[in-house]
Amino acid sequence: MTLDKRMTTQEMVAGLQDGMTLGIGGWGPRRKPMALVREIMRSNLRDLTVVSYGGADVGMLCAAGKVKKLVFAFVSLDAIPLEPWFRKSREAGQIEVLELDEGMFQWGLKAAAFGLPFLPTRVGLGTDLAELGDLKTVQSPYADREVLIAMPALRLDAALIHVNRSDWRGNVQLFGADTYYDEWFAKAASKTFVSCEQLVDRIEDHYPDDAHANTFERCFVTGVTEIPCGAHPSSMPPLYGPDMKAFKAYADAAREPGDWSAVADIFVASDADAYLSSVGGREAVMNIPLAIY
Amino acid sequence: MAAADGTLADLCIVACSEAFRGNGEIIATGVGPIPRLAAGLAKLTHSPELMMTDGEAFLVEQPVPLGPRKYEDRKKAGYLPFSRFFDSAVWTGRRHAMVTPTQIDRYGQINLSQLGGTHQQPKTQMLGVRGFPGNTIYHPNSFFFPSHTTRVFVEKEVDMVSGVGYNPAKRIAGGNFSGVDLRTIVTNLCVLDFGGPDHSIRLVSLHPDVSIDEVLQSTGFPLSTGQTSETPLPTAEQIEIIQKLDPLNIRATVIKDNPPARRG
Repeated sequence: MTLDKRMTTQEMVAGLQDGMTLGIGGWGPRRKPMALVREIMRSNLRDLTVVSYGGADVGMLCAAGKVKKLVFAFVSLDAIPLEPWFRKSREAGQIEVLELDEGMFQWGLKAAAFGLPFLPTRVGLGTDLAELGDLKTVQSPYADREVLIAMPALRLDAALIHVNRSDWRGNVQLFGADTYYDEWFAKAASKTFVSCEQLVDRIEDHYPDDAHANTFERCFVTGVTEIPCGAHPSSMPPLYGPDMKAFKAYADAAREPGDWSAVADIFVASDADAYLSSVGGREAVMNIPLAIY
Repeated sequence: MAAADGTLADLCIVACSEAFRGNGEIIATGVGPIPRLAAGLAKLTHSPELMMTDGEAFLVEQPVPLGPRKYEDRKKAGYLPFSRFFDSAVWTGRRHAMVTPTQIDRYGQINLSQLGGTHQQPKTQMLGVRGFPGNTIYHPNSFFFPSHTTRVFVEKEVDMVSGVGYNPAKRIAGGNFSGVDLRTIVTNLCVLDFGGPDHSIRLVSLHPDVSIDEVLQSTGFPLSTGQTSETPLPTAEQIEIIQKLDPLNIRATVIKDNPPARRG
């Protein structure tokens, strides 16, 4: 009997429930588990609390009315600075929010990973964040008596992450210049569902020299599935860059027709294969140049 | 002679680069074309000890030019990805960022998050606070505004306080605000700093042919004014370096109509 965590995307989404708190890895339009997000879009899941360094993942989940509450520091598509569907949703007052500083956000994931109720930080003092987010303060018990914000743990019921490689047992490898806070999303979550560009049986038989790219250990992985181009239209360095043409079409649709239900089929499609062919196929995506900052 | 004196964008880049002078071995982050060129100019002229990234994840000793280039066309000297940015740069105070918020008020409080309405339903949703709360409580910050108006320099407080300023009403008792260090504001009209009474905003220099009245009328709150000078014109050497860092002249798109440094 071997350890085998292979699942379909449908099985992963079946492991989620209405009202759950869901962490989504990546950063803005980079390394987003978009194939898993699209699978949620096809489901009846609702009332989610989404925790994300947000990009189109947040925009489309908001547009489809799946988000009850968003925990965020920004939502952006980089070259299109303001995420248009997120913006619409906010300006219509449709979602609750907990707005955080980018650093507080990862601090909250770390508190959750370590099983702590909170971690202290200076960040947030002197701004509107504490009052708007009902964040409490704590006082140092030592001689300095410093008053700090108690950043509450961002405990996730589940995390979704897209990685470069995995094996059947969940030994992942993450490449690219920056893997952002993916490891902390995995550690902050009760369950972590991973999609990958490439799935192999036993990674030690194929890529032992890349073991240093195992940024989080397999005890933090619940299920794995292979979805080539699974981050599209976000980037997945070093394989492919962000599809700015696709992002532009997505952003334009927020103005005209401006109604998600009219365009959902285009940006979600019926399944991962249909989606990939609709955006030009694997080779076309692999040819999208990496972003220059 | 306007061409020889450079453009107003060039003048602003030089003025912004002064904010990074003598900062020591810290990460100089310039967000947007003019602040980024300013950080590069500072490193290539008066402050070679500055550290900076390629805008993605690697530290470079040779500032990366603006605009399209080959992905690997950068010389990596070190590694500073977002995944350790707070550990290494922000929360250790080893950084000076120059950014362009949407609003700033008399206390130096800044807003990048939302305009109007309520937090539940803003009239205009912008980016979110990003890293401003952490940046402003931990390390020096400066600002560049391409359009100095009362819509940016607001009369009352900013709509959402995304970055810490010197507002006494926001100083929670027992909090450590010793890291709050707002430095320089460069606009299309002038250079300001926080050297007025109680860190209020003070006029330092006027750009050539700009009057004090124009600055005061474009600012929604009173400024400390006293001894002011004229902002120096860029030198030929500085313009040459700026051109190398911005071969496609992206800086020409930043200030409306890309005027010369002297109005003439």
